[in-house]
Amino acid sequence: MKSSESPILRFEKVSVAFDGVPALIDVSFAAYASDTRVILGAAGSGKTVLLKTALGLARPDSGQVFIFEKRIDNLKERDLIDIRSQVGMLFQESALFDSLTIEENVAYPLENQRAIHCPPEQIRPRVVETLEFVELGGTLEKFPSELSGGMRRRAAIARAVVTGPRLVLYDSPTAGLDPITAHTIIELLIKHRDVAHTTTLVVTHRYQDGNLVANFRYNSEQGRLEPARNGNGRGARTIFMVLREGRLVFEGDQEQLESSTDEYVSKFVKRRE
Amino acid sequence: MLDLLKGPAIAAEEFFTLTGRALRNIFRSPHYSADIIIQMDTIGVGSFLVIVLVGFFAGVVMALQMAHALRSYGQVSKTGTLVAITLARELGPVLSALMMAGRNATGIASELGSMKVTEQIDAMRALGTDPVQKLVTPRVVATGVMLPMLTVIADFVGLFGGWLVAILFLGLTSVQYWNTAWRALDWKDDVLQGLLKPLVFGLTLSLIGCFYGLRTTGGTQGVGRATTQAMVASAVFILILDVMITKVFVGQGGG
Repeated sequence: MKSSESPILRFEKVSVAFDGVPALIDVSFAAYASDTRVILGAAGSGKTVLLKTALGLARPDSGQVFIFEKRIDNLKERDLIDIRSQVGMLFQESALFDSLTIEENVAYPLENQRAIHCPPEQIRPRVVETLEFVELGGTLEKFPSELSGGMRRRAAIARAVVTGPRLVLYDSPTAGLDPITAHTIIELLIKHRDVAHTTTLVVTHRYQDGNLVANFRYNSEQGRLEPARNGNGRGARTIFMVLREGRLVFEGDQEQLESSTDEYVSKFVKRRE
Repeated sequence: MLDLLKGPAIAAEEFFTLTGRALRNIFRSPHYSADIIIQMDTIGVGSFLVIVLVGFFAGVVMALQMAHALRSYGQVSKTGTLVAITLARELGPVLSALMMAGRNATGIASELGSMKVTEQIDAMRALGTDPVQKLVTPRVVATGVMLPMLTVIADFVGLFGGWLVAILFLGLTSVQYWNTAWRALDWKDDVLQGLLKPLVFGLTLSLIGCFYGLRTTGGTQGVGRATTQAMVASAVFILILDVMITKVFVGQGGG
């Protein structure tokens, strides 16, 4: 399966522990270009740690992590900075800098990531363009505390994707949001994935998020989502992963997930609305 | 027994690693000059009033206490000497540093702690910035520069407080007071000691604030805990370092 292609992100027997408590145990997988990975699991199952390990924010105790075929688990913090410029991450609670305006937040990676080399005169146009992409064009001068939870999440997505990363990691993008706003956020995620053709990892505990991501594509001509099945396949695939107490207990497509007889795995499928 | 020592040993190692990185970053790019200026304003200018108050009341109290003690020997005219020496060597640096610990080490710990628990520190790393370079070094530089300046101000305001006591309650003339105070200060010993101490205290309390802030865990409760720990540790280390620096100067034959 895609053996001739180089994976964008690869974990090889990765284990991570904090103060002796294991958070990830022997996790191995490979995500390829334009793949979408939906990572399900209960609270504390290691979903966030997996994303942070992929970005080098958490260090594995054993195993190897490769991004764009470059091993990153043994790199120094300064050397990781250039790798991270090719990866976008949405943090669970948005993690916008509350002392900066939305414009300054979104401009932050353009101004601070050395590898981006964004000319100063191009920063504002790119920020405006990205904020318009997430439909937050009128919020440049506002501070994060002045925005609603859903708007903050969209601003954080803008900050994560403004540099045009090839790999985007979303940590619980719909957590704490009402169903309508959550749907809007997932729409936005799909829109970015299909417009920018990124490899996308989405951590969530809501099966309906994964269901949308797996079965819908963004139609840029009509400017809205449409079902990806019945001849409208997007030429890429969505793989579901289920974590349990730090172990990867399931990896497969939606059909395999829905037909799984594992009691823990099926808990997430049964929650479909 | 070894298990009991493991936690403090790891914390000490982490603290010295942070210290090394923060100080090394002073000489490495990128330099966040704007952040240093903002921190100088917050830490230095923001602490001005409280430092003036502390200096003034320390000078007043020292003049009253010293005059009372000197009266037994008929040496009330030497009040300026004792006020100047105690302020320049001890009370100015230590009281200013303790106030700074209460105001800024805690402020730094709570600010960085809040950023840590809301993942802003991780976001900063993810977005291409070294949090030590961006957050710690500017605070350490700003505190290291501003605390000696504030201490000098506290010393002079304290001397002014002592002068008020001297002329209002002790019957001394202004010339008597300022002459004895000025002559008492030895530039090589007192002034060096009086500036070295706040520099060391400033670096220490800002590093302690950053250290506890950056290792905050456990949500808002953790931020509160980090703030308290920063205050207690800063105060304790200021007093310990004061003894050590004083011992070095006294051991060298200073007054």
